[in-house]
Amino acid sequence: MSQDVQTEAAQRRLLFTTDHRILGVWYLLLSLAAVAVGTVLSVFMRIHIIAPDLKLPFWGVVPPEGYLALVTMHGTLMVFFVLTTAPVNGFASLVLPAQIGAKRMALPLLNAISLWSTVVSFLVLLAAFFVRGGAPISGWTNYPPLSAIAAAGPGQATGMDLWLVSIGIFCFAAVLGAVNLLTTIISKRCAGMTLMRMPLTVWAWLVTAALIVFAFSILFAAVVMLLSDRHLATSFFVPPGEVINGVISRAHADGSPMLWLHLFWFFGHPEVYIAILPAMGLTSSLLANFTRRPVLGYKFMVATTLAIGFFGLLVWGHHMFVSGMNPYAGTAFALTTMAIAVPSSAKVLGWLAMLLRGRDSRVHPLPTPMLFTLGFLSFFIAGGLTGPILAQPVLDAYLHNTYFVVAHFHLVMAMAGMFSLFAAVYYWFPLMTGRLMNERLGKWHFWLSLIGAYGTFFPMHFAGLAGQPRHYAQLTGSTSTLASLLPLQKGITHAALFLATAQLVFLFNLVWSARRGRIAGMNPWQATTMEWAPNDTECRVACGPYEYFDGNLSCFAPQCATETEQE
Amino acid sequence: MPATFTRTPAEIDRKDTGIGGKPPVDRRPTGGGGGDDNWDNHPQGRRGPRELLTRYRLGLFFALAGDLMFFIALVSTFFVRQNAGHFDPRDNYVSDWHPFSIPPILWINTAVLLLSSLSMEVARQHLFHEVDVMEEWLGLGRPAVRRAAPWLVGTVVLGLMFLAGQWIAWQQLSSQGLFFATNQNSHFFYLITATHALHLFLGILALMIALGALFLLRRVEMRQIVVDCTAWYWHTMGIFWVFLFVLLTCFQ
Repeated sequence: MSQDVQTEAAQRRLLFTTDHRILGVWYLLLSLAAVAVGTVLSVFMRIHIIAPDLKLPFWGVVPPEGYLALVTMHGTLMVFFVLTTAPVNGFASLVLPAQIGAKRMALPLLNAISLWSTVVSFLVLLAAFFVRGGAPISGWTNYPPLSAIAAAGPGQATGMDLWLVSIGIFCFAAVLGAVNLLTTIISKRCAGMTLMRMPLTVWAWLVTAALIVFAFSILFAAVVMLLSDRHLATSFFVPPGEVINGVISRAHADGSPMLWLHLFWFFGHPEVYIAILPAMGLTSSLLANFTRRPVLGYKFMVATTLAIGFFGLLVWGHHMFVSGMNPYAGTAFALTTMAIAVPSSAKVLGWLAMLLRGRDSRVHPLPTPMLFTLGFLSFFIAGGLTGPILAQPVLDAYLHNTYFVVAHFHLVMAMAGMFSLFAAVYYWFPLMTGRLMNERLGKWHFWLSLIGAYGTFFPMHFAGLAGQPRHYAQLTGSTSTLASLLPLQKGITHAALFLATAQLVFLFNLVWSARRGRIAGMNPWQATTMEWAPNDTECRVACGPYEYFDGNLSCFAPQCATETEQE
Repeated sequence: MPATFTRTPAEIDRKDTGIGGKPPVDRRPTGGGGGDDNWDNHPQGRRGPRELLTRYRLGLFFALAGDLMFFIALVSTFFVRQNAGHFDPRDNYVSDWHPFSIPPILWINTAVLLLSSLSMEVARQHLFHEVDVMEEWLGLGRPAVRRAAPWLVGTVVLGLMFLAGQWIAWQQLSSQGLFFATNQNSHFFYLITATHALHLFLGILALMIALGALFLLRRVEMRQIVVDCTAWYWHTMGIFWVFLFVLLTCFQ
């Protein structure tokens, strides 16, 4: 076989493979592309808000609706293609089968179909930039009636259609991926791997996959109905007598935008937990690994994961306190929302206790994955503390749609989620390349990102308390009430640029370490879970996932004991 | 590779199969004590002849759970829209909910679909009939395939009849002037019947594939899996239809 044919065959093997590790790397590369585009969009937004007349490269002067298009696409890319794709399908494909002692996924073809559908969905979404009118402008939540009527804005015609089609495909892909994960976790565990011996990451993926099946199917139905409202003259979501651009629309009958809100947020809120539950599982694992102590209250961590998954399905209404929902329903949703804070803070207290208990036995100096995990913890607490504030319907009436909300979810979901993703990349990088990432660059990346992230998102609380609404393209202009916030926003923009620049360190580290990094060896973190076990042995699990003793680096019991060692 | 899919009683286990080797049964006689009947304690791939079947069924059920959520979303929208009238300036309650009686042919369609589910189940049962499966596994012909195939063909025919019946129902409605875009109720009627028909169309494709697979696949196990999963999908679509039919008939 000639060289060319061989490389071609190898390429084909990379593209049409059903091997879960390669698929996992593809998912992660897709997320990397999405996060790069999303970050560039957010930098454009930040620049536009302090300098509306500046000419941006590739874009020119951004019109107000262009700013809204940036907001929409930034949110969509980050929520769907980064915070859903990477932690769930990406890392689960990479390590989940190994962690439960399976050679491959239960339904590998489904996994491959899911990946390539996600890629198609990503391309369809990006295509929205290049069609007439540009990208949609109604935010990633796309509330009707503005999302249902093409006349509502420049991006609301073809751009909006592409958004809906893209999300429809994404829902399909996500559900297929989740079906594969659920089936794998339930039916492919190796001998001795009982449910209560699964690593907490696997528990998190189990709950997450169940949430995906529930949530994304509902979103799919909502997308189908919105498309039908747009093109088949139905009116599920559009009220009668809508006035758009000075024209009264008579095409629609008694539809209800609230209906979209209910369907969308029934997806949207579980989505938050879909993004953050894998991060929580990873945090428990890494804290145990790097403090060399077992997870504090394994059963308790499992129970809180299940509780968060369950309550996550019951809190969607807190996004709709001021949207015209019955106030009594608002009270009920406020209660469930505060209820979900209980398992979440129980987890946080558990992690803090693990840190306290492991302060002597921990690994010195803290490696980069551990630093990012601590970063996750910090952001989860900082962002989480504003959660119960926003859960009060009365306070939310004032804070809704202000920068306070932006600060809240960027800290608790975006930054916490991203830091956990970074932790996962630094931790599992050897499984992808056989090499470790550079520690020195990793530490620079961590500290610069930490400073940049707090510098960007913490001051937004003050902008929100001062009443600055989200989605405003500029602070100056015909109304001057917000002009006093310009210095604050300037500071935020500078911090955001700093944060974005700091990610170049990460990109450089990624490329450099993949080629030149230190060879990792078999089990570089001295971990117990089975993704670090040799591949070719038949495993029989005889102990729990986090058996570390004496806080001694070399004193730990890997879950995978080979058959011969057992006898 | 032993592969039958029934947990047979122990006395059958001990019978000589006449061909030597391990008998194709679930549990090996252990001679009392020391036996490990819990398949989960066995390594992957050695958890009994139904391991693969269970896995594919599990995957199918999770996918169908997602599908159920899809239809639940449609149905809840139906009820929300039903009650979504408004008050005009003179305090009259204005609602655009105009129930219409469904075409009577839907009753016949429902009966046809239930019959198809029945024939599907007969086909499925044939593939798990123990004596036939043993014969197939021993390579003594394909009695299970021979018995199941006509029932599968019957299911396809009945399924196509159902789809044709739905088409006729749409024709009848449109001849009455009720189109997709006419009013709220027709939106829902067409949306619900069309999405369900799409699912059934996919089901018919799956049936065709299963029919081909029945003759092409060489392993008894795989033949059982294909027919079994198709059957559960088909039954689920039948149950969904019954609920949607009741919704359209009684709850407009």
